[in-house]
Amino acid sequence: MSQRPLFFWVLFSVLGLIFIARLFYLQVYRDDLKLSARNNVVRQERIYPGRGLIYDRDGRLLVGNQSAYDLMVIPHQIELADSADLARLLRISHADFKRRLEKARQYSRLKPSVFMRQISDDHFAQIREYLHRFEGFFPQKRILREYQYPHAANVLGFIGEASDRFIRNNPHYHSGDLIGKSGIEKSYEEVLRGKTGVRYKMVDVHNRVKGAFKGGAFDTLPQPGSDLTSSIDIELQRYGEALMQNKRGSIVALEPATGEILSLVTAPSYDPNLLVGRERSKHYNELYADSINKPLYDRGLLAQYPPGSPFKVINALVALEEGAITPRTSHVCHHGFHWGRLHVACHCGTTYPLDLIKGISKSCNNYFCRIFKATIESYPRAQEGLNAWAEKVKSFGLGQFLDNDLPTGRRGFVPTASYFDKAFGYTGWKAVSVISLAIGQGELVLTPIQMANMTAAIANRGFYYTPHIVKGIDGSPLAADNPLREKKETLVDSSHFPVVIKAMRKVFETGTARWSAHDSIPMCGKTGTAQNPHGQDHSIFIAFAPPKNPQIALSVVVENGYWGSRWAAPIASLMIEKYLTGEVDRPRLEKRMLEGDLREQYQEELEAKREKARKRREKQKDSTDA
Amino acid sequence: MRNYGNVFRELDYTTLLLWVLIMFLGWLNIYSAVFDPEHASILDMNQRYGKQLLWIFTALGIMFLVLLIDSSVFHTLAYPIYGLSLLSLVLVLFIGAEISGARSWFVIGGFSLQPSEFAKAATALAVARFLSGYQRDLRRFSHQLMALGLAFLPALLIMPQPDLGSVLVYTAFILVLYREGLPSLYLVLGFALILVFVLSLLVPLPYLYGGLGFLTIFLLVLGRRQRGNVWKVLGVMVLCGLTVQSVDFTFNNLLEDRHRNRINILLGKADDPQGIGYNTHQSMIAIGSGGFMGKGYMEGTQTKYDFVPEQSTDFIFCTVGEEWGFLGTSALVLLYLLLFFRLVKVAERQKSPFARAYGYGVLSILFLHFAINIAMTIGLAPVIGIPLPFFSYGGSSLWGFTLLLAIFLRLDAGRTLSL
Repeated sequence: MSQRPLFFWVLFSVLGLIFIARLFYLQVYRDDLKLSARNNVVRQERIYPGRGLIYDRDGRLLVGNQSAYDLMVIPHQIELADSADLARLLRISHADFKRRLEKARQYSRLKPSVFMRQISDDHFAQIREYLHRFEGFFPQKRILREYQYPHAANVLGFIGEASDRFIRNNPHYHSGDLIGKSGIEKSYEEVLRGKTGVRYKMVDVHNRVKGAFKGGAFDTLPQPGSDLTSSIDIELQRYGEALMQNKRGSIVALEPATGEILSLVTAPSYDPNLLVGRERSKHYNELYADSINKPLYDRGLLAQYPPGSPFKVINALVALEEGAITPRTSHVCHHGFHWGRLHVACHCGTTYPLDLIKGISKSCNNYFCRIFKATIESYPRAQEGLNAWAEKVKSFGLGQFLDNDLPTGRRGFVPTASYFDKAFGYTGWKAVSVISLAIGQGELVLTPIQMANMTAAIANRGFYYTPHIVKGIDGSPLAADNPLREKKETLVDSSHFPVVIKAMRKVFETGTARWSAHDSIPMCGKTGTAQNPHGQDHSIFIAFAPPKNPQIALSVVVENGYWGSRWAAPIASLMIEKYLTGEVDRPRLEKRMLEGDLREQYQEELEAKREKARKRREKQKDSTDA
Repeated sequence: MRNYGNVFRELDYTTLLLWVLIMFLGWLNIYSAVFDPEHASILDMNQRYGKQLLWIFTALGIMFLVLLIDSSVFHTLAYPIYGLSLLSLVLVLFIGAEISGARSWFVIGGFSLQPSEFAKAATALAVARFLSGYQRDLRRFSHQLMALGLAFLPALLIMPQPDLGSVLVYTAFILVLYREGLPSLYLVLGFALILVFVLSLLVPLPYLYGGLGFLTIFLLVLGRRQRGNVWKVLGVMVLCGLTVQSVDFTFNNLLEDRHRNRINILLGKADDPQGIGYNTHQSMIAIGSGGFMGKGYMEGTQTKYDFVPEQSTDFIFCTVGEEWGFLGTSALVLLYLLLFFRLVKVAERQKSPFARAYGYGVLSILFLHFAINIAMTIGLAPVIGIPLPFFSYGGSSLWGFTLLLAIFLRLDAGRTLSL
């Protein structure tokens, strides 16, 4: 019998050892359980800072913040005496209420989810009083944008919830964070966003808050974002948008001395407030789906057009720089430029010798074909000549990205010799083979902002600053070493500019834009008609004023607007007057521009396009039938 | 009446001290687990710590009263008490109140009693009485059968409540029978079958059969000199083989998916911390997060914020683990072991077989509660709701255990006179 008590000693000892070993394993060896316990109880609450405000160049507030509230729900905590009551309070139908609740339940019974998004401040004030009666519902404050003007949507951009992919690539963002999606909001995201604060709270198993974690020792305060001063003049922007109503196109206006963008109008556009609040995604989808008007497409930055005649000014400057011509070089126009079997028509209507100034103001195609040919042929081989030409053209900021503070842009295209080698398939081409470039047609394409920048460089007599949209952060100007403040010299000597500028002034006095001239404000400009193979030509105009110490340089494009002097030139002229004097004293011209409506034209274009597509389809069908 | 003086002179104060200590530590942890800052008073009778304090004082009273009773009474009244207890178990099935799905409680004026807690003491008395009878020989099959019958009859009555935990506790009496002469074969067979049972779920069958085969040959060769050994070994092995086969069949063919899942989770073959594995998972997190030193008294978040279920009753050990760390948990395990070793010693010094058998009954019941409860909280056993003796919150269980222990202390204190 005596070994039997021993059995109990062994049994107890063995089990005791097993327990202590297991406890050692759980409590000392395993670290993950400590983390699990923390994860159970600690909730991180993100406190969003106010996003930086955006002002215009005169200190007018463009974008402010407004608070809104998301109504959150934790389904398993709900104790509803009267759900119809709450539905009424939230101004939704009972069916809608049930649907939302079901959605929240499917997401999680225990975790909070958004029951109703972005309830406005006013509405929430009414709800708040009664909210305590509905257990399981609680508000979460959100900061939304508030746009003070229904303008400049394309410039300011909008914010939206960060996508999953974005969060994966930028780990300091969290689901639900609002980030800039376009415009200034996007390019200055890091400046505007501020620093999100974090509060650690302890919750029990039912997600009820029990207090601060470790007395709030790890909490951080939110830091509001920095305010921006945009270079936009909101009055000018508003006026530009008004002039462009019922038209398609863009106005890009710059301050030549700084490269600051005074207005960046794209038409059609939208009211930025459409992309705020509860209807945001509905509106966004509407705008996004409008493939005819493309209101989200910033034509000023993204559309590419052959510049047409305004580019003749650049060609004149390059010819002067290359020594291919002097201002006195003259040519007689014979209704165009004729070279063997090549004919480039001209409608300048002159029969006398034109010098450079006349050539520009009359926009003579023959003149520019000849001086372009002379430029290229001042080199032994056409390739060398074209490359020298392209190098100088590019020094005006063309054919390359501007690398500025706008989130989108296009390169445009300035062809070089290697391009034509490939395009023609042989290297023996001559200047006349690429003669379209002489009048800004052919392969050459520019964006409106590049045209405006080119104009600013002319206005400055040979240099420019990269066009940019923000002039100051938190009240102080951009840092001196900011690349946007770097002066960029063109490869054309400043001595060649005065004659060209004089010619551009003549455009208003006796040339193609004389109907758009202002009595007391001297302006310089150049009309253009960009040939459009898809339909009616585009109306283009570049201008700056005043000729001495220029304050504004701009490009105007009106799509399918026939020719430059019809729409673009008057609009540019009105913009200059508005900016320089603050008002407009040409009511008839203004009225004509404001009321100008090209929608019928666009409808025609659209129908023609559809007709063409239909015919093509029929033809295809016929050929397959046969 | 004649030996009052003796009782308090002969009383085993070591056990008494351990008992008081465990109750006090239990109360401290209950206070922490269910602490409500709005009712911080330890005497607040709306709170479990207030009630438990009441239970502890009444338990002290029960101990005192039992010690005043003549020790021969327990021997004499063993069967009648057992009978009454069985009656209460039957009654509770009909007139008991249903609390969280189990019909285990008598409710008398807002005051609830769990008869199964008291049945343990009664059964221990009856089994001891039977084993101490004249010419009892547990090598005889009929006596084995009667002893087991006495022990498991209450379990049979508890089963329909249902209360699996309490039923399981009655297997403790196998240990008592073993001490009183039940052949080792039963115990060996029992352990072997449990081992094989677990292994058959863990190890692929061919390996298991291979292992059993080798073991058989090994045992046959080792014990070839002993007569009758061949049959014993072969018999045990055949039983093991049958167990393996039937477990495998049951597991794969008879059980439903949810049962299979539960077993797989326990064996570590599956993971489901949100579902049925939730309790064990949270319990292990609570204990594991305590670390070596613990988070400090009243600092446990797992228990205070209700992540651990039943944190004041069945899962009270989590509070110890979380707030007192490895130091606290190992100290508490050692404290219980100390109590068990002491009880073995006290039981062995009994001159009357009745007192000794009863002592082992007490010991085995307490041990089984301890083993299952701790193993459950640290993820070594499935979740079976039984309290940690003297430690968990609960009046009936504290009274039941106290009664169990008090009778033994009374018998021990009278050991010199009962000759």
